[in-house]
Amino acid sequence: MKLEFLTFDFEKFASEMANLKSKKGFDYLVTIVGEDFGPEEGLGCIYILENSETHQRCSVKMLAKVQKDIPYIPSVINIWKVANLLEREVYDFYGIVFLGHPDMRRLFLRSDFKGYPFRKDWKFNDDYTLEDDNEPDFGLEYYLDKEGVLQVKQNRLFDHDAYVVNIGPQHPSTHGVLRLQTVLDGETVKRVYPHLGYIHRGIEKMCESMTYPQTLALTDRLNYLSAMMHRHALVGVIEEGLGVELTDRIKYIRTIMDELQRIDSHLLYVGCCAQDMGALTAFLYSMRDREHVLNAMEETTGGRLIQNYYRIGGLQADIDPNFVKNVKDLIKYMNPIIQEYVDVFGDNIITHKRFEKVGPMSKEDCISYAVTGPAGRASGWENDVRKNHPYVMYDKVEWEQILMDGCDTMDRYTCHINEMYQSLRIIEQLIDNIPEGDFYVKQKPIIKVPEGQWYFSVEGASGEFGVYLDSRGDKSPYRLKMRPMGLSLTGALDPMLRGQKIADLVATGAAIDFVIPDIDR
Amino acid sequence: MEIKPKIKSIPYDEWKDNESLEKLIDQLHEGGVNLVTGSLDQLINWGRSNSLWSLTFATSCCGIEFMACGCARYDFARFGFEVTRNSPRQADLIMCAGTITHKMAPLLKRLYDEMAEPKYVIAVGGCAISGGPFKSSYHVVKGIEEIVPVDVFIPGCPPRPEAIMYGMMQLQRKVKIEKFFGGANHKQNAEEAALGVSNEELIARKLGDHRRETIVVNEVPQEFVEELKANEEAKA
Repeated sequence: MKLEFLTFDFEKFASEMANLKSKKGFDYLVTIVGEDFGPEEGLGCIYILENSETHQRCSVKMLAKVQKDIPYIPSVINIWKVANLLEREVYDFYGIVFLGHPDMRRLFLRSDFKGYPFRKDWKFNDDYTLEDDNEPDFGLEYYLDKEGVLQVKQNRLFDHDAYVVNIGPQHPSTHGVLRLQTVLDGETVKRVYPHLGYIHRGIEKMCESMTYPQTLALTDRLNYLSAMMHRHALVGVIEEGLGVELTDRIKYIRTIMDELQRIDSHLLYVGCCAQDMGALTAFLYSMRDREHVLNAMEETTGGRLIQNYYRIGGLQADIDPNFVKNVKDLIKYMNPIIQEYVDVFGDNIITHKRFEKVGPMSKEDCISYAVTGPAGRASGWENDVRKNHPYVMYDKVEWEQILMDGCDTMDRYTCHINEMYQSLRIIEQLIDNIPEGDFYVKQKPIIKVPEGQWYFSVEGASGEFGVYLDSRGDKSPYRLKMRPMGLSLTGALDPMLRGQKIADLVATGAAIDFVIPDIDR
Repeated sequence: MEIKPKIKSIPYDEWKDNESLEKLIDQLHEGGVNLVTGSLDQLINWGRSNSLWSLTFATSCCGIEFMACGCARYDFARFGFEVTRNSPRQADLIMCAGTITHKMAPLLKRLYDEMAEPKYVIAVGGCAISGGPFKSSYHVVKGIEEIVPVDVFIPGCPPRPEAIMYGMMQLQRKVKIEKFFGGANHKQNAEEAALGVSNEELIARKLGDHRRETIVVNEVPQEFVEELKANEEAKA
């Protein structure tokens, strides 16, 4: 989608944003993009919004005002809850403070990090220390006083008698290096503060000094379980900027590959869910079948985990001669076997006891916290990008969006199981009819995207994955921002778990399906 | 008080009565007794190398391939690696599978320090070796060797499970030739603690280690050289 920005006056910004939600129904805040627009405009933010009923999208551009060298923008945290982590992310990278945000702390970087690395005038520095980080136990709140002067006050994060347990960053149930600072009252969770950035590699910043084809390699390493989809979003946004028309063959193959990758990711999810609950057998079953999926993909792409298969204008190589046969065999094998996971783990009485009514979240909250993907669909929110903003072949094949109404962990699990059937159904319809044609539309040796801003999103394995591209006509992007699938899911852990038991934290975290390198980028 | 280890393996010719010992062994063999002679070091290293317990330290992509190693198709239980520990106190080695960022670096160091000797580190994948594809990032450690000593490097992005298992087998080889009594199994003294190295490493630094010396071939037989020349001429 090429972005046309709405702009508002600074004083009216907060009320106009509230209007967009209440009057025009833009109740889903897709992402906030911080950006350094250059010396003339300075720092600012771009808000991408969606109407969850009509799926219409709009974007708002807001430039920051500056006082005492501190740029500031009014916060939208009271309109969209997901803004909590998104605004902290912008603060972390650009140093823009949000007026009225109660907890302005760094999100990804260490609290003693010097400067704001995404600013264009930041001096590169990669020194590091092995000393522990002394984190503050208060968050900063910025506000304008009556004279309009920027003031700051401190908000305590913990009560004096709070019992705080750090879960992670090196914990088997967090699926990577996530740290959840959990405030407990006995066994009951009172508050969860996520600490991110233990695998923050600064991919977006690196992309700014790379050519477009070079940036592709990094997306596969974000969420390695949906490597295909991530790359699809990036090549998608660049192709849209260039105006490339893809052949049908490319579209067919990309759809099939995306769905194979989704099955691969969901299989691992089903296994890890079981393993986190202590059921090792189901884990081994699903990992066994995951190898079959990888086999089918590997003969074409040459990779097991990191596929590197899509490129700007098509695919790296044509499909393997045996690909069609292998995929058909796979469908024949997979269809009956999914029931086996349900038999061995999903329908187990222990699973039901541990999953049902755990980590509840209503549909309204899901939209406000931007819980996309199967986790949101388990609460009845129709958020599948494949249906709402169809790309490649998804509007030409028959398939259903899985919606549930349990709003709990059990339905999130079931949603994943049912989605695997739908993925198989999509592949089944396409695999016999792959049309003849080119697998690659030839591009210029040096790719330069014309000036403009684009946003393109795909349905990753656990939510919407989008890429925002700001091009100034160079051979490398001016700003590239990824909307990770897991960041909003992590932000939603706190409201889901308040009042639940600490053992439910593991169950909720397992079933919500996040992959940490995707969150941290 | 510091007790210096006195146990050392005794060379063959320092035993006083080798003949009667060998005679004794022969007699036992004739009588049908299965007798194996060897050093206790070998026996212990055989056991140690076949039950290497790794600390699960999967930060990113490589961790998934490490999981695949443990599952049905690859099944590294065949080599005795299947026990993974979540506590550094119970682990023999760190499988550092993934990128180490600046925020994670102090934690890796701490986990390594918490492990009990003898301990080993395997760096899996390009990121752990050198920063890999993220070498130009402002927040990535350019290789974990800056923080902890590494025993085996497994290149790849990510390495295939076969490569990971090959790397772990290299560690097995390394463990098998170690000196256990007075070497790997030795209480750390103040000097080693200050330097942060193992006893074996310290001795090797002081006295030199023949295993680390490069092999130089000096005296090549003249016939061999001529044969090679003749072969090349025949080809040309």
